[in-house]
Amino acid sequence: MPASLIMSRRDLDFLLHEWLDVVSLTSRPYYAEHSRETFDAVLDLAEQMATKHFATHNRRADAHEPHVGPDGRVVLVPEVAAALEAFTGAGLLASDFDEDLGGMQLPAVVSRALHVWFQAANVGTSSYPFLTMANARLLVAHGSPELVDTWVRPMVRGRFFGTMCLSEPQAGSSLADITTRAEPRADGTYRLTGNKTWISGGDHELSENIVHLVLAKVPGGPPGVKGISLFVVPKFLLDENGDPGERNDVVLAGLNHKMGYRGTTNALLNFGEGVHRPGGQAGAVGFLVGEENQGLAQMFHMMNEARVGVGLGATALGYTGHLHSVQYARTRVQGRPIGAKDPATPQVPLIEHPDVRRMLLAQKSYVEGGLALGLYCAKLGDDQRTAATPEERAAAGLLLDVLTPVAKSWPSQWCLEANSLAIQVHGGYGYTRDHDVEQMYRDNRLNPIHEGTHGIQALDLLGRKVVMRDGAGLRLLLDTVAATTARAAALDGEPAEFAARLDAVFARIGATTRRLHGTGDPRLALANATPYLEAVGHAVVAWTWLEQLLAAHGRTGAFYEGKRAAARYFFRWELPGTGPQLDLLDSLDTTLLDAAPEVF
Amino acid sequence: MNIVVLVKQVPDTWSERKLTDADHTLDRDSADAVLDEINERAVEEALLIKEAQGGEVTVITMGPDRATDAIRKALSMGADKAVHLSDPALHGSCAVQTAKVLATLVGTVEGAELVIAGNESTDGRAGAVPAMIAEILGWAQLTQVRKLEVDGTTVRAERETDTGIANLEASLPAVVSVNEKINEPRYPSFKGIMAAKKKPVSTLTIADAGIDASEVGLANATTTVLEAAPKPPRTAGQRVEDDGTGGTKVAEFLVGQKLI
Repeated sequence: MPASLIMSRRDLDFLLHEWLDVVSLTSRPYYAEHSRETFDAVLDLAEQMATKHFATHNRRADAHEPHVGPDGRVVLVPEVAAALEAFTGAGLLASDFDEDLGGMQLPAVVSRALHVWFQAANVGTSSYPFLTMANARLLVAHGSPELVDTWVRPMVRGRFFGTMCLSEPQAGSSLADITTRAEPRADGTYRLTGNKTWISGGDHELSENIVHLVLAKVPGGPPGVKGISLFVVPKFLLDENGDPGERNDVVLAGLNHKMGYRGTTNALLNFGEGVHRPGGQAGAVGFLVGEENQGLAQMFHMMNEARVGVGLGATALGYTGHLHSVQYARTRVQGRPIGAKDPATPQVPLIEHPDVRRMLLAQKSYVEGGLALGLYCAKLGDDQRTAATPEERAAAGLLLDVLTPVAKSWPSQWCLEANSLAIQVHGGYGYTRDHDVEQMYRDNRLNPIHEGTHGIQALDLLGRKVVMRDGAGLRLLLDTVAATTARAAALDGEPAEFAARLDAVFARIGATTRRLHGTGDPRLALANATPYLEAVGHAVVAWTWLEQLLAAHGRTGAFYEGKRAAARYFFRWELPGTGPQLDLLDSLDTTLLDAAPEVF
Repeated sequence: MNIVVLVKQVPDTWSERKLTDADHTLDRDSADAVLDEINERAVEEALLIKEAQGGEVTVITMGPDRATDAIRKALSMGADKAVHLSDPALHGSCAVQTAKVLATLVGTVEGAELVIAGNESTDGRAGAVPAMIAEILGWAQLTQVRKLEVDGTTVRAERETDTGIANLEASLPAVVSVNEKINEPRYPSFKGIMAAKKKPVSTLTIADAGIDASEVGLANATTTVLEAAPKPPRTAGQRVEDDGTGGTKVAEFLVGQKLI
């Protein structure tokens, strides 16, 4: 196949094998059926399928966004269904589920690597199976065996698709304020009434059924988030054979019209308004997951995985934009070098201009750094589940907890910036719909918003993750980084130079964290959480670059020179930016607290 | 019905393909190796017949150790087992030698009645090996096939060439070579990838297969490459200025190239 503009298989192989040594996971019983051979085969499959079935309708699905037809059904371009049939038919939706559920027990790190192909090729179409996988994983973790048999098995086979219904028109980030009610019935089911919005994949005709996971409050429960429960609410109730039968009382109220991600339907759903009357009564029939009032904790189990997935989705879009802009910069001739302006000489490709190289190196350092971070977090998830000892599993879980807000937010911010730079490299052409980079930017603009906004992630990191268990998570992060810098320091040259810089930045992060929480005033400590998230994010990604530099050490050739160039760029051009951010934080600046609503 | 599919690992057509300076054989290190795309269609056709009529699909290849990747792909699509002939003595074998070797291997597959192959590989492009195998085995040959039907012991095929379509019919056993129109090959499924690891692959040397070293290899080949030169770089295209006659000139160009 020609060199792909979707993803770099070479980089994936480097990260998976030369850095993370994922084949070593196959020594664990859970992954024993796998080998380098199966990992390579599924990545080959992902590349072929993403290229042939997903990339091919990415632009068309964007130009012809989903709409509601005269019969009330959602209409999508037909290529979406065809692509998803190929995806589920090959068993990719089942990739990392247990074998007894029909899954393949693929390590999450490899599963994520294969899924970035689809996210980069067509993020809109790939959302449907990804939402379904997240939904099914949540039910496997928290649902009864009956719920798993009834709903997870058809999802893993691709017959049913899944959604997450959290937000309501009046309650987005603030889930404490949701008002959807779930009334218990004598038969153990519940009847739900309320409105949910921003429901990706909320309605469509792509699957036999849609399994909504809905947050709602049971009357009489505790106030706020402690009174939230989680329910399975299917679009169709099942008949005695487990096939979709009677229509449940959940209906499409309308579709949102978005800036990007247009291939994914995004719905406002009404529950329990009596449009359909299952069993002769109004109210959407729901099945409780686990116990009442545990809904938010259960949902966050999924959200944490979804956040790493969002970060990788942002990375995938940044990555494909980078590859497109490199190709453009190599082929588009424009202008002449400084000092050789004779109009009689031929023009040079864009890539010959230093400032274009700046934009390409910036993109490269963002997208390859983001990919490294996302795959590292996915491997922590594997370690959390399958490492040899309870201590190793707990440590992996703790480090993953600390890194999750960074793994979600950093790529959402900087791989979006990579898309902006990809447009810039294309000049005016990049701003037109004739080139794919403009859609990538629009698609990626969602990622700092959904699954917990950038600001929410900042509060999560500074307000919870670095202080939980008396700072154990932050200490583990610092120890992990210190182990890397010790190895790098032993090598002299650039690795040692960068290790020293990284040690200094993390020492400051430790001190700044203590200073902020030492105020004893949460309002003051958390007011500037966003620059804290961003500084920690840059430091963590610099660490992934030092790790990559070590993995590339002693290797020659253009690929490894590229790794060294990008690492150099990140340490010299990007990491120093954390200094002013940490200065601002150390100053306990109150500009934001002081700016009363009247000043705007 | 037991079917044999011949597969070949070839250099990726998107790579820069080279011959070695030493003996003008393929420089295998210069390019990525992939399962020849036309072989995927051959495998697909065999699987379709198997799914409709039962039987077993055996994949046969000759090539260096890394040709295992091509075998695994065919097995992950659904083929049942494989025979891999790998021996340094095969290096530089010509089409006739290759056909003789493959015919010998076909003879080792119990109950094989039908051989399916691609019509030509993307590297050698001789397009003659399937016909030669049929000749050696004394089986019917149906080559350049775009549509295939097996009905009992009868094979019917549409043969497509530059001059037209021929409808062929033959009795089994037969050798069939297929072209790009025969079908759309399936993707290997995840289950297929996992199952492929456990499917039997017999790796043989020429001695194991009862082939004498004097019958194969560059030194004994019936054809010799005397000289090879890289293809010249692409020349600049012909530029047409549109002074109102641009459309006509483009049409004339296409007619001149026999494209319309």
